[in-house]
Amino acid sequence: MSSLDALTREAAALAAGASGTSRSSGTPGRPAHDGHDGHDDHGGHHGRGGRGAAPHDADTAEVARVLQICNACRYCEGFCAVFPAMTRRLEFDRADAHYLANLCHNCGACLHACQYAPPHEFAVSVPQAMARVRGRTYADHAWPSAFGGLYRRNGLTVALALAAGLALFLILAVASTGSLWHAPMAGNFYAVFPHDTLVALFGSVFGFAALALSIGLARFWRGMPNDPDLPETDAGTQREAILEATSSALRLKYLDGGHGDGCNDADDAFSPWRRRFHHLTFYGFGLCFAATSVATLYHYALGLPAPYPVTSLPVLLGTVGGIGLLIGPAGLLWLNLRRHPLQGDPAQRPMDRGFIALLLLTSATGLALLAWRDTSAMALLLAVHLGVVMALFATLPYGKFAHGVYRCAALLKFAIEKRQPSRLQLGSD
Amino acid sequence: MVDVLVIGGGNAALCAALMAREAGASVTMLEAAPRAWRGGNSQHVRNLRCMHDAPQDVLVEAYPEEEYWQDLLKVTGGLTDERLARLVIRASSTCRDWMRSHGVHFQPPLSGALHVARTNAFFMGGGKALVNAYYRSAERLGVQVHYDAPVDAIELDGGRFVAARVARTDADGTVRHERFEARSCVLAAGGFESNIPWMREAWGRNADGEWPVDNFLIRGTRYNMGTVLKFMLDAGADSIGDPTQAHCVAIDARAPLYDGGICTRIDCVSLGVVVNRNAERFYDEGEDFWPKRYAIWGRLVALQPGQIGYSIIDAKAVGRFMPPVFPGTTAGTLPELARKLGLDEAVFVRTVERFNAACRVGTFDHTALDDCRTEGLTPPKTHWARPIDVPPFTAYPVRPGVTFTYLGLKTDERASVFFGGQCSPNLFVAGEMMAGNVLGKGYTAGVGMSIGTAFGRIAGTQAAGVALGAGASAFETSMKGAHDVLA
Repeated sequence: MSSLDALTREAAALAAGASGTSRSSGTPGRPAHDGHDGHDDHGGHHGRGGRGAAPHDADTAEVARVLQICNACRYCEGFCAVFPAMTRRLEFDRADAHYLANLCHNCGACLHACQYAPPHEFAVSVPQAMARVRGRTYADHAWPSAFGGLYRRNGLTVALALAAGLALFLILAVASTGSLWHAPMAGNFYAVFPHDTLVALFGSVFGFAALALSIGLARFWRGMPNDPDLPETDAGTQREAILEATSSALRLKYLDGGHGDGCNDADDAFSPWRRRFHHLTFYGFGLCFAATSVATLYHYALGLPAPYPVTSLPVLLGTVGGIGLLIGPAGLLWLNLRRHPLQGDPAQRPMDRGFIALLLLTSATGLALLAWRDTSAMALLLAVHLGVVMALFATLPYGKFAHGVYRCAALLKFAIEKRQPSRLQLGSD
Repeated sequence: MVDVLVIGGGNAALCAALMAREAGASVTMLEAAPRAWRGGNSQHVRNLRCMHDAPQDVLVEAYPEEEYWQDLLKVTGGLTDERLARLVIRASSTCRDWMRSHGVHFQPPLSGALHVARTNAFFMGGGKALVNAYYRSAERLGVQVHYDAPVDAIELDGGRFVAARVARTDADGTVRHERFEARSCVLAAGGFESNIPWMREAWGRNADGEWPVDNFLIRGTRYNMGTVLKFMLDAGADSIGDPTQAHCVAIDARAPLYDGGICTRIDCVSLGVVVNRNAERFYDEGEDFWPKRYAIWGRLVALQPGQIGYSIIDAKAVGRFMPPVFPGTTAGTLPELARKLGLDEAVFVRTVERFNAACRVGTFDHTALDDCRTEGLTPPKTHWARPIDVPPFTAYPVRPGVTFTYLGLKTDERASVFFGGQCSPNLFVAGEMMAGNVLGKGYTAGVGMSIGTAFGRIAGTQAAGVALGAGASAFETSMKGAHDVLA
């Protein structure tokens, strides 16, 4: 959380400096209609002096249009954080659109409850408009910038091809030394790939992923909407906000529908399963990561090199995590295939599925390696597993994983913002 | 043959279908709209006005029966049936657990609606979420739902329901006729506000030779054609409510003809002035709090030439009212605004300047009936009067938006349909088709849902009781249901 803390301070500093993220004037929020009364739109607006906010693109303009309708309706206020954040605004510029899009968890509740959803001529789909902007957030904030386009091409095929390619490369590397099919080695991975090689290989891939995502996050945070008229939040308030954002993220608070029955998948029925599968995925991933970290500690701090017995901490963590990471992504994939087409951006489904597939393969190959580590197939299984894991890490900054990073930042922004006074005095008389 | 046939697909119809099914009857529902447009005006509603003697989950403080009754008496000007009204009020205090059991979620009101935190329970996600929940529950319980099934005729045997006839139009334009027999029937098919020719006939022409309805917008569903209502009236059913009247409010003139719903409201009238097509003011914009006046403004605008008005504010008002769905017309000067609106520049400027000069500004407070008023101006502005002098100036065009019609079928506490004072043995009515019994005129937030829920539940229970056979047990079932609703 220390990096979030730093970001909060950075945001406060930016707000004090009033950089180029001020409010825009005007919104192109006019819904299409049939001109029944023949009264024309005069195109006017009442902005508070736009000071160079970036102009809308088609996707952020659609968010602005949709939210202008939502802001006049507000029936969905109880579902999630997006709508309370919306009611603090009268207009939605590009920065607002990116912030609110990443605050949206794509639960779908507001689509199915919407009296203005298609076939209504206002054609409101908040989840879809938000998802399209999220796609842009990821691409726009990617580092290196030239890699932003990878989000559009990071589909299932690319993910699987990368995993297969890396696995094949590792298999060939092992085969070239003539030890691919070998006598059982009691699960001694380092006999196949020396420990230092693995550390260098994965350390650099993981380090690059972490760096790329951090830079993206910092860019995103700097672009957040900031109202220079609002007072700065004090350290205590910032701590509260960080705690709340962390809790919202770890509990997936905004996938509970606001009433606890869960979110929508194929239709207007609520289900707790997306949240549950996501928890299994996230915490499964976390446990697998913890297994690796504990093993690293064993290796360096305790001088205990792998392999570890089945009842050891790293193997137990990895096994439980691996099972979670097997069921979670499988469930998410199943739900993803059944999702209502107006929920989210169907164009991003390949990216979603690519990430899900890599997670699923990571756990499946990891558990297979554990099961057969004492057989002659160990080197082959290890090469495949390492290839998949490397593909997963290599694609982290350019795929669906990014949603977690930007979502957390948006949740933090929301937690800070809601503790600030609202400038609006919408008559509650 | 099915036990209970429910004609309609909104809140009252769903309440009737669910209650009848829970009582053990087989139930078929005929919804005129396609699935995507199901729910009638209920898809646009937001809350339920609830009596309560002490704080209750999302409701604060108390809203006792007597206060609710007095509110109803006030808005209807006495055009109400006290027995039925009190029945609705009492039912509103106990129905929410039943609603929750069918998947409806409540929440306290949030921004922009705090003035009804005491009296109204809000549906999380609004009326469409409620309608969706009821349909899911109905399907789970085995209610047969037919969409695209508009009833065009009802077969009666004296006052007894025999069957309903549906004329479905296929994609290729061929009309298929179907006949639905049932032991009893609940009519909950709404009013006639979507039927423009009927509305035109009801409102007639004004002294200038205009047909005012031509400039009206319908805030709700496009499927309330009043076909069933008209059929029943022609068949001799006893009616209630003024056939020429509708509830109408001032909404954004650019709203779509149908289904504009809540977002087309214009909430800045009390913060500025309103002029007509001749650029003249015509009523006290600051008479009372806006939620108490928006219905009056629908009628006021309907009486203006061309049935249009322009709500004019200056920069001081921005951020003080719910943001409108369409952007306003803005200008740096008053003449420029008049030009953009197509109003007579000189008259408009004179109207605003006269108003500005008449303002006696005290302490502006939009949350109270403050002391900012005009002096020596006709019509006056009695509260919140501040000169319109800080540019940019903004205008929103307003037209009458029809919420519902008052004409309906006369009924009693059993939701029965009457023919010449004779009670039908197996035909019941609920929702907008009978709301005029309780609400002869006027409206107050959430009361339509209270009426629809109470009478939908009674009608469903009664229809099931009749359908499940004469005999003591069915009678007891029926009375028990009625008792549950009344308790």
